[in-house]
Amino acid sequence: MISIDPEVIKELTTKGIRVDHRAFDEYRKIKIETGIIEKAEGSARVEIGGTKVIAGVKMEIGEPFADRPDDGVLITNAEFLALAYHEFEEGPPRENSIELARVVDRGIRESKAIDLKKLCIENGKKVWMVFVDIDILDHDGNLIDAAALAAIAALLNTKFPKLDIIEEDGEKRYVIDYEQKTDPLPVTQKPIGVTAAKISGKILFDPNIAEESAVEGKISMGITDNMIASIQKSEPGGFSIEEIDHIAEIAMKKASEIRAMLG
Amino acid sequence: MAERELVIPGDMLGEGISGSGTYMENGKIFASVLGLAERRDKLIFVIPLNGIYSPKTGDGVIGKIEDIAFSHWIVNINAPYSGVLPLNEAVTDFVDLTKTDLTKYFNYDDIIFVKISNVTKTKSIQLTMKDRKCRKLYGGRLIKITPAKVPRIIGKGGSMVELIKNHTGCQIVVGQNGIVWIKGEKEDLAIEAIQYIEEKSHITGLTDKIKEMLEKKTGKGDENGTKINS
Amino acid sequence: MEQKLIVDGKRIDGRTFDQLRPMEARAGILKNADGSGYFRLGRTIAIAGIFGPRQVHPRHMEEAEAAILKCRYNMASFSTTERNRPGPSRRSKEISKVIREALMPVLFLEEFPKSAIDLHVEILQADASTRCAGINAASIALADAGIPMRDLIASCSVGVVEGQIMLDIAGKEDTEGDVDLPIAYYPKRDLITLLQMDGMVTREQLKQLLELAKKGAMQVYEAQRQALRSKYLEE
Repeated sequence: MISIDPEVIKELTTKGIRVDHRAFDEYRKIKIETGIIEKAEGSARVEIGGTKVIAGVKMEIGEPFADRPDDGVLITNAEFLALAYHEFEEGPPRENSIELARVVDRGIRESKAIDLKKLCIENGKKVWMVFVDIDILDHDGNLIDAAALAAIAALLNTKFPKLDIIEEDGEKRYVIDYEQKTDPLPVTQKPIGVTAAKISGKILFDPNIAEESAVEGKISMGITDNMIASIQKSEPGGFSIEEIDHIAEIAMKKASEIRAMLG
Repeated sequence: MAERELVIPGDMLGEGISGSGTYMENGKIFASVLGLAERRDKLIFVIPLNGIYSPKTGDGVIGKIEDIAFSHWIVNINAPYSGVLPLNEAVTDFVDLTKTDLTKYFNYDDIIFVKISNVTKTKSIQLTMKDRKCRKLYGGRLIKITPAKVPRIIGKGGSMVELIKNHTGCQIVVGQNGIVWIKGEKEDLAIEAIQYIEEKSHITGLTDKIKEMLEKKTGKGDENGTKINS
Repeated sequence: MEQKLIVDGKRIDGRTFDQLRPMEARAGILKNADGSGYFRLGRTIAIAGIFGPRQVHPRHMEEAEAAILKCRYNMASFSTTERNRPGPSRRSKEISKVIREALMPVLFLEEFPKSAIDLHVEILQADASTRCAGINAASIALADAGIPMRDLIASCSVGVVEGQIMLDIAGKEDTEGDVDLPIAYYPKRDLITLLQMDGMVTREQLKQLLELAKKGAMQVYEAQRQALRSKYLEE
């Protein structure tokens, strides 16, 4: 596959031009659809430009972690589907998909987007486990923001399945009826991922795949209200404190704009 | 900057011409390796204290035959890249490849002293035996030293290696790639001396210390008449 | 807020807010590795070993124009209070990636095309900031291996505990603190090459945290340099 030469991107960026003629702080068109997978407790499909991801939420009953006996469990996973990009391969998760899932997970967790205490069924014994699975369908850059947005949109779309607790001979049985949806998941925050890239010493937002081939480094921030809840720098290359502060400033603005789209 | 000062990557070395082991940024020269900084006129360079061998055209190295192909040998030269020794760079007589087995000349695991005739930008390493010093090395022992310390083992104009040869009566071949071949009755003593030099390569007055050590262990001075050319 | 981790303006282990735990740095601690380093920060102990540049295995990973840096961060199973299950985890894979990316900017990888530099970071004891200690040991190991580099990378973490910004959180501060922010710092160019954060901060706090982390990293940097110097200057 032949793609745009990273050197061309670097040169254009130096001149203040982006390959798709966006402003440096401008996102591509964002589309959010929810409730697209009926079998899931919650789901969302997000597009940022040509990047397409789907997040599905499934819930099960399980045991809490020993050190947090009354907290529900949140597990985030990401799959880079082989059909999404010629360099993705089948097989065990690679570094990039692991990092993506962990960054999305921290965005949700650190912002306390879900009240995990409300997922407790029986202290120390049974809690709801929330699995957020993200499928990358088409990779056109900035997967972190698309995945984070799909995850929170899917969680906002999630409803508990019906749970019946049946006591027989002093033993409890937990029966889930996945066909019947009940209350919405207690989502109290809407963390938004905002990613900036540094190319030729300049900072730009929402890099597309051509731009990602030319980046020195990227910084993704998880933003909640007017707080930064998580940060991840990726790719080799460094940032000055001034650059990081600039990214934080723009990220706050972009996050509010994107959050408004969640309704 | 003091003479032969110990420097660390990132240390500022002043202004001038940036030599090996250094880099230039904003008109200033900095050390890029841990080593001893030296200045010769305007040239500033750092002699590394450690590091792997980076092949250079013209270097004589000791290698091991790693693989044999249709018309060339692949030679491990203690570098990140193997060297290629083509048949016509190794053998002067005409060879009918349909009838000849190349192992007749060099077999797997044979040790050779070989010259690097070319290093391409993409690190293809071409080797040749067309040099007076190139030959197959039979028997003896091989030791590995830090390639950066090879000049210390050889000494000024070969003085250090001559000193060891004269005191031990051993044949010694030093490859620029940090492989040293030693053969003779006092192999152990020669190895001890070489390892001592490697360990103390950054101290001054090393030649005298080695001489003292060799004289003490052999109980005498130079063994006259045992000079063997490497 | 009830303060348990700050008593009379001091931290539970007696440190001030801008004080690192005691450090110990050493170079060349292993015989077989081409370069090695040791870094201790309080009870967190990391060792790092370098092999290479050497031939790339598997071959398809090699790059025509530069060496690749491969990094494996691992926590010893005895390094934690509860036994750490051996082998790579999702956490260790992510940390391996960010450590590699933190170090790459200073390396002259283009000097060794088609080769690999293998970096192994082993955490022998973990009490917060293991990736930082790992990076610090790795930087020493890279220099010790004679790999050409522009500078050393120094790393430390900052955090917010009971509303107070502090350097190098450890022990209970780590498990009960609100914010953990590790950085790696490239002093010659004044750049941050590793940046991660968990917790909630304002933009202003973020700036303060980064400034404090930079000060801590400069102390680490001095310790690393001293370790490399003393390997050769002892006699």
